Amino acid sequence: MTTAVRLRGVEKRFPRVHALRGIDLDIEPGEFFALLGPNGAGKTTLISILAGLTRASAGSVEIMGFDVTRDYRQARRALGVVPQELVYDPFFTVRETLRLQSGYFGLRHNDDWIDELLANLGLADKADDYTRRLSGGMKRRVLVAQALVHKPPVIVLDEPTAGVDVELRQSLWAFIRRLNREGHTIVLTTHYLEEAEALCQRVAMLKEGRVVALDRTENLLRAGAERRLLLELDPHELPAFLQPRLKGRDGQRFILDLPDYGDLEVILANLRAAGINIRNMSLGEADLEEVFLKIMHGGTP
Amino acid sequence: MSGFRTLLYKEILRFWKVLVQTVGAPVLTSLLYLLIFSHVLEDHVQVYPGVHYTAFLMPGLIMMSILQNAFANSSSSLIQSKITGNIVFVLLPPLSYLEFFLAYLIAALVRGFTVGLGVLLVGLLFAHIEMRYPLWILAFALASGTVFACMGILAGIWANQFDNLAAVQNFIIMPLTFLSGVFFSIHSLSSFWQGVSHFNPVFYMIDGFRYGFFGQGDVDPWLGLAVVMPFVLLLSLLTLAMLKSGYKLRH
Repeated sequence: MTTAVRLRGVEKRFPRVHALRGIDLDIEPGEFFALLGPNGAGKTTLISILAGLTRASAGSVEIMGFDVTRDYRQARRALGVVPQELVYDPFFTVRETLRLQSGYFGLRHNDDWIDELLANLGLADKADDYTRRLSGGMKRRVLVAQALVHKPPVIVLDEPTAGVDVELRQSLWAFIRRLNREGHTIVLTTHYLEEAEALCQRVAMLKEGRVVALDRTENLLRAGAERRLLLELDPHELPAFLQPRLKGRDGQRFILDLPDYGDLEVILANLRAAGINIRNMSLGEADLEEVFLKIMHGGTP
Repeated sequence: MSGFRTLLYKEILRFWKVLVQTVGAPVLTSLLYLLIFSHVLEDHVQVYPGVHYTAFLMPGLIMMSILQNAFANSSSSLIQSKITGNIVFVLLPPLSYLEFFLAYLIAALVRGFTVGLGVLLVGLLFAHIEMRYPLWILAFALASGTVFACMGILAGIWANQFDNLAAVQNFIIMPLTFLSGVFFSIHSLSSFWQGVSHFNPVFYMIDGFRYGFFGQGDVDPWLGLAVVMPFVLLLSLLTLAMLKSGYKLRH
């Protein structure tokens, strides 16, 4: 099967910045893929290169097997991009905007799909409003609809939920998930790591123009997982047998290393035997944010 | 080609939606020129035998409207799209640079011709003018409109802010069009300024266009066309090359 997105040795040098320093990446059809990284890591540059808005200094980029410069027509037909900036054309209504966008892709009678998009994105009652009159969240929905008018097999969302309310986020993700279930490949950049953790099967982390981590989400979490036990004890003193596990303190609580949950029963039994009461207890697991921070600060997952 | 058709349609719709500003206003401006200059000069100036000054003035004003509005349409559309960022809507789809060029060019011509036609229709209320050689009229309108539409595309892509564009408009487009024989025949100028005018391509555009109406001009229309056509070719190629390179549009 053709790779949905294929990058080989992609470099981008701007006059003052070396934005991408050799990116190799394969995203398979049907994947829900996250591209993460701090500001300036090169995420948006990478997406611009996929979209043909920026030209790579070196390397090759293919969308569904089509080179983005040589076969740009097929490559662009295969790609839908939701840009990060909240842009709109003030001259047109929502429906006009979507009809125009369909026309640019060679689709002349697209109203059935446009209506479906409007309904799914909660825009049906705004169809005849001028885009300039819409709120920021509504404008964002129009951008999503615009990216989808031509039913592209690959959909790229560049921070689609930045600054949008919870309701839109939920409905947007429900819709994107449906598209993914129907076979669309989704590439997402976001600052909300819990979104990536919840939605994406695979994650690439970018730092200073390089891919520094690339794995299935659960592998990254497992590798980065420092399972911990947080205990508040009475009397407030850590017994000797727990000292080797001590990682730190959080207020009244001791933070203990607990790589294997199976040890928990032994610990509890020993505490009981020592006559120590447990006032408060919780278990902590690493989330993607922790893994992310660790990697960005030079660690390995 | 339906992508091209849609972009052309969008570009026309864009100015059509604000017709009062994009067509009404320039027609009114030309009408004011016509009223004031003909009031002042009608009884004092006769450039060609048998042609009233008001009639003489009309082709010049029509051509000036075509040129200024062709330039304004492509340049303002592009700079607005660039500054608001919605230029991505036409950069993401599978449109070739040739389709992009033709859509902006033809829309600019449609806007120029619409205003030109408006000036003609309103002008007919004030003066009778004949149209002796419609093919010359059409040829010069198309060729000259294309030159200014291309200049508009180039300026719109080059400009980083509205200020840059206003500079081009006020310091290049306006003097070129005003000092080109719209309001006078260059034969009324001293020989030095006559010589200078011959270096202004817009002079040939207006003179050839006027020849189509009256069958009289300052220079032979074939010479005019021979001067204007290289500009058509040069600016079209330059614009195409700029679009192909992605200059200021695709980094």
